[in-house]
Amino acid sequence: MHEVSLAGGILSAVEAAARRDPFVRVSRLRLEAGTLAGVEIEALRFALEALAPGTLLAGAQIDIEQPPGQAWCLDCAISVPLIERGAGCPQCGGFWLQPTGGTELRILDLQVEDH
Amino acid sequence: MCVVCGCGTGHSHDKTEAPATDSDVQVDATGDLHYGAGQARVSVPGMSQARTIRLEQDILGENDRHAARNRENFTAHGVLALNLVSSPGSGKTTLLCSTLMALRQRRADLPLAVIEGDQQTRHDAERIRETGVPAIQINTGKGCHLDARMITEAYSRLPLHDALHAAGHTHQSPMHSHVDQQPHAHVQTQQHQHSHHAHDGGEPAGMLFIENVGNLVCPALWDLGEAGKVAILSVTEGEDKPLKYPDMFAAARLMILNKIDLLPHLDFDVQRCLDYARQVNPQIQIIQLSARDGTGLDAWLDWLLAGAPAVDRRAARIAELEAELARLKAQVEAPHA
Repeated sequence: MHEVSLAGGILSAVEAAARRDPFVRVSRLRLEAGTLAGVEIEALRFALEALAPGTLLAGAQIDIEQPPGQAWCLDCAISVPLIERGAGCPQCGGFWLQPTGGTELRILDLQVEDH
Repeated sequence: MCVVCGCGTGHSHDKTEAPATDSDVQVDATGDLHYGAGQARVSVPGMSQARTIRLEQDILGENDRHAARNRENFTAHGVLALNLVSSPGSGKTTLLCSTLMALRQRRADLPLAVIEGDQQTRHDAERIRETGVPAIQINTGKGCHLDARMITEAYSRLPLHDALHAAGHTHQSPMHSHVDQQPHAHVQTQQHQHSHHAHDGGEPAGMLFIENVGNLVCPALWDLGEAGKVAILSVTEGEDKPLKYPDMFAAARLMILNKIDLLPHLDFDVQRCLDYARQVNPQIQIIQLSARDGTGLDAWLDWLLAGAPAVDRRAARIAELEAELARLKAQVEAPHA
């Protein structure tokens, strides 16, 4: 349910961008939410779509990229894919894993229209 | 309240409205649903004349800036701030009341304060105030978590800061700025009267307990400026909760296994629970206790009074591996020596 708060944060960031560099609407919003970021993509999309009417995001296409989880295995000393938190190293089965990718939660860019 | 979008209106979410081709849900052989397991969605830009504004900014950036200011403020005053997180019903408030009373007995002069987060009611703050410790209730309304700005606001209304100055605290740096704009009666000097509290692990000059909204999902993402998160799990819950809510247990510095006085009546497998927690977070520290009969409370108080030190099990593991490497190198090099 925190996706509603995140959507609010995204809208604030878009409005702040419009104050710096005015535009009338966003045609496409590109986000990045890694598979280990603790965010439900479906819920985030829903929250954004619910929030959009009457704002700069009205009618915007929302693209959410999901960088896959990556971790450094301390025992194998290699980078391994991590499908979810709590999963073991695919090489050694151990859990000494430091996530190195897939934790991103960012706004990448906006495609905007000036009139 | 609508559980799909979190809004307060009574509208319906018609299943036919869901865009079938746009779904990230995967259904497995047993019919269980897995969200967020799909391939990375790569977008194809259209042929629009529109321009692109690159933002490249963290969605939680605004919260993180407030959290950083809170942390700076807590550290400068030697306040140990802990963010207590759990499911509803794990016994957080009872644990907090026992903890406050026990701390009062051990260190009568240690300034304490509590911030209570709930969706509604002042019940919990009232329970805390009955122990004599000042408490502020934050009702989040529809919100499922506390955020850093709420903490800034609540902290500025608690008497903890003034109590620290009354106890002779001076700021570490004249550059330090206060969140509240009220004039303070303290002397700003560069002297370090509390030189012990600047670093992680020293004995704190005061303690702030932040009891987050009972929820093991959302509060994991919001940094409040705390020294560490303490996840409380009670033995009346499932032992696999660390695996079911891995983000929270991965983010926690300490896990408290509460209500252990009930173990004789339950089938709870303690070892399995601890293994699951370490699987998700090899660094996590664990204390087993019963807030009701006081078992384990001393270990918890010792940890608090030591400044909630993080144990770097990873560093210990690296040192172990380096020693092993050195031994193997010596073996390889020995014949040539």
